[in-house]
Amino acid sequence: MAMTVAIIDYDAGNLDSVNRAVKECGGAAFITKNPEDLKKCSHIILPGVGVFSDSIKRLRQSGMERALQTQVLENKIPFLGICLGMQLLAEQGTEGGEANGLGFINGEVVRFQPEQGERIPHIGWNEVVFNQGCPLFEGIESGKDFYFVHSFHFVCAKTEDIAATTPYCGGFVSAVWKDNIFGVQFHPEKSQTVGFKVLKNFLGLC
Amino acid sequence: MLKTRVIPTLLYKDDSLVKGVAFDSWRTIGSAMQAVKVYNMRGVDELVFLDVAASAEGRVVDFSLIDEIADECFMPLTVGGGVRSTNNVRELLKVGADKVSINTAAVLNPKLISEAAKVFGSQCVVVSIDSKKHTSGDYEVFIKAGKAPTGINPVDLAKKAESLGAGEILLTSIERDGTMQGYDLELIKKVTEAVSIPVIASGGAGSYEDMEKAIKHSGASAVAASSIFQFTHSTPLEAKTYLKSKNINVRI
Repeated sequence: MAMTVAIIDYDAGNLDSVNRAVKECGGAAFITKNPEDLKKCSHIILPGVGVFSDSIKRLRQSGMERALQTQVLENKIPFLGICLGMQLLAEQGTEGGEANGLGFINGEVVRFQPEQGERIPHIGWNEVVFNQGCPLFEGIESGKDFYFVHSFHFVCAKTEDIAATTPYCGGFVSAVWKDNIFGVQFHPEKSQTVGFKVLKNFLGLC
Repeated sequence: MLKTRVIPTLLYKDDSLVKGVAFDSWRTIGSAMQAVKVYNMRGVDELVFLDVAASAEGRVVDFSLIDEIADECFMPLTVGGGVRSTNNVRELLKVGADKVSINTAAVLNPKLISEAAKVFGSQCVVVSIDSKKHTSGDYEVFIKAGKAPTGINPVDLAKKAESLGAGEILLTSIERDGTMQGYDLELIKKVTEAVSIPVIASGGAGSYEDMEKAIKHSGASAVAASSIFQFTHSTPLEAKTYLKSKNINVRI
């Protein structure tokens, strides 16, 4: 199949930015609310700005969750979750009340516990330090700044799923990776040069 | 380490980019689109875009305008101007805003803050507070682009906004805005000490030293500026280079 990215629309804002960024990076993309469309793409992006509990409910009710289970877990289509989209990969989230996430990567999403002088939400540019040889970060120097805007973070149950960490509130997981499944807490579509490199690397995966 | 941000602000009125002094004597200074393109090319940390006429005219900022602007923006964008409902917030996020600024409505309908935070998350909700310092030394919040007094203290409003779920405060000194005489350091400090969400200092930046003081002395998480970038040769990059030389962590 020719490279086409399905960007999932589940009323969680921010679609246009991701769409434009993918196109800037030379990708072909379409936005969809229809789970059937996940059969017609080579890559899937789940963007997200919003609240965990409401968002997972919408993914579930629309049939998108089932389609993701098939395409991502069974058919191994490359998947990238951005911000809330990464958090929804978890087994559980606490924002907006306890809710079960997609459960594709073990762990839970909890609110930041700030240390002295640290303000929440975590808003702005911060370093992403790579853990392992994650293909998303190919050609990027570890420790570069990416743009974050969030109050909750993903606590991984297995250290091998951690692809990157960022120094804030004692350090948190800023990227996850398991097989064909990737998640980034930062916004690559807003992180200019380095962000676009991450998107290009994702688009280059088969 | 989270970096301190330098954020250019663009003010919009009657189809143009404008700048005023103390929220008055607005003059046209050029095309908003052009300014957005230039800042995008320069890779600034963030951009704030405010329609300063919207509230007084009883309308919200034009969504199609923001759609066009967002198309030129590959950096985080905060948009404000007459936002008064969660639908306004939804539309703005849909057309490309990353954060939505609520000013007049934060005072007239504070429930909007909690509703927007509940639906979209606190990180999208910026409460913008315009404050005037009276000759008595007391501070008062004004709404509708500085025209309507509220009798409310900016510190109290900031605390209330935080408790309702605002993710960030954009704090502007009305009388200093456009003067390039320096930020109101005392005002900023009072607010940063009262809340634990990030505070963006705004109004009065005339030099890189002003920005340094707002950060080091007053605890601002970010500095917004307009006149200094529009009317002098100063640039956001130069500002950050200066701040870095003063041991402030910035993204360069």
